[in-house]
Amino acid sequence: MALAVGCRARPGKARDNKTGSWRVFKPVFDQEKCSKCGTCRTICPEGCISENAEEFFVPDYTYCKGCGLCAEECPKEAIGMIQEEK
Amino acid sequence: MMQMIEGSHAVAEAVKFCRPQVIAAYPITPQTHIVEALADFVANCELDAEYITVENEFSALSACIGASAAGSRTYSATTSQGLALMFEVCFNVAGMRLPIVMSIANRALGAPLSIWNDQQDSISLRDSGWLQFYAEDNQEATDLHYIAYRVAEDPSVLLPAFVCFDGFILSHTYEPTDLLTQEDVDKYLPKFTPKERLDAADPISFGMYATPDYYHEFRYDMDRALKESKAIIREAGKEFGRMFNRDYSAMVEGYRLEDADTAIVAMGSICGTTKDAIDEIREEGKKVGLLKVRVFRPFPSENMAKALAHVKRVAVLDKNVSLGAKGALALEVKDALYSSGIPVKDYIIGLGGRDVRKKDIKAIVELVEKGQGDIFYGLRREVL
Repeated sequence: MALAVGCRARPGKARDNKTGSWRVFKPVFDQEKCSKCGTCRTICPEGCISENAEEFFVPDYTYCKGCGLCAEECPKEAIGMIQEEK
Repeated sequence: MMQMIEGSHAVAEAVKFCRPQVIAAYPITPQTHIVEALADFVANCELDAEYITVENEFSALSACIGASAAGSRTYSATTSQGLALMFEVCFNVAGMRLPIVMSIANRALGAPLSIWNDQQDSISLRDSGWLQFYAEDNQEATDLHYIAYRVAEDPSVLLPAFVCFDGFILSHTYEPTDLLTQEDVDKYLPKFTPKERLDAADPISFGMYATPDYYHEFRYDMDRALKESKAIIREAGKEFGRMFNRDYSAMVEGYRLEDADTAIVAMGSICGTTKDAIDEIREEGKKVGLLKVRVFRPFPSENMAKALAHVKRVAVLDKNVSLGAKGALALEVKDALYSSGIPVKDYIIGLGGRDVRKKDIKAIVELVEKGQGDIFYGLRREVL
């Protein structure tokens, strides 16, 4: 996205803000432990966790801020948070 | 037409000729006469503008943001505590790239409360992204408003501008001043026609948020625009000279500097006193000259290094102090001359309205010749 003078924007441009760049810790999902309960999707404040074709839950790292709520709430402790370097 | 007129009223006349469509301001000494006169012009239908009365300066400049973003030529004026109250808004104006012009009748900042002149108020906003012009006399104070609008609204600049002149010393002084006519100003200053503006039929937002991936580049872009405005200032000042015989193309201006050993660098009304002092010092055989700084932001480092390349020593007069460091102007001069090795000494003068007289300039020349400086000049040690 090229800079607009004065950071001016048309409606809907908030979608262009890739909040994934805020992340320090990255959630990593362990499908061996996952029971497919969906708590992570329910709890995610960014709404960026969705169900894939195999009914596993996967985060969208473009928007995941790395808050770690999914890892904290996962009943199977199937989500680990690892530090990321960018 | 030459008139004997008070500085504030001359500025108000100049602003009227700039045809601002929206004015929002809050009265504060010593800026009050400017906005009083403009309110009269609007009430008398001499000026077709919206005059928004607000509850304080924060609101004044915030109202200006909306008006300017909607595509209006917008004006405000303030000083001292009023400008301090606008601090947050000033950064937003510049970041949204809105070419608002604001007169600053320079005044000291409290505490302790002082209504008198120094330049601490506008200097304290040096990092906000506004252009800063400083006037030596009322003629310059009026003319710089035309130039400020022309530069600020240039599509390659789109940054706001302060036109600073010393409170009371200029704002409340009657001087013969050549006021242009409406026809003259209309020829010099084109209509403000921004490419983007607030419009309900075609919505747009200004100054959205930027993540760490973008903010750094936004600041760079503002810095670049401010630095590149030097060329626009030169051209606008030159064109003004061609049309009205007063050339403002130089961002720094020498006075008896060509053969000087000692250079004084100063900003604002103190330059007038300094010129008179230099004439008298020269009669004693000392080669002293002045480099007047008309534009403080963008800072004309290259022009300054060139103009001072031949001198043996520099005395900087600062009507401000960056507490814990030095005067803001001296820091810039030292930076501009760093590789030249020319010694630069700083003299904090005239804070809170302390008079600076010709004899003070002479004393400072003697101090800099002895290599003594980087001081608060003229301290009354008996009260310390």
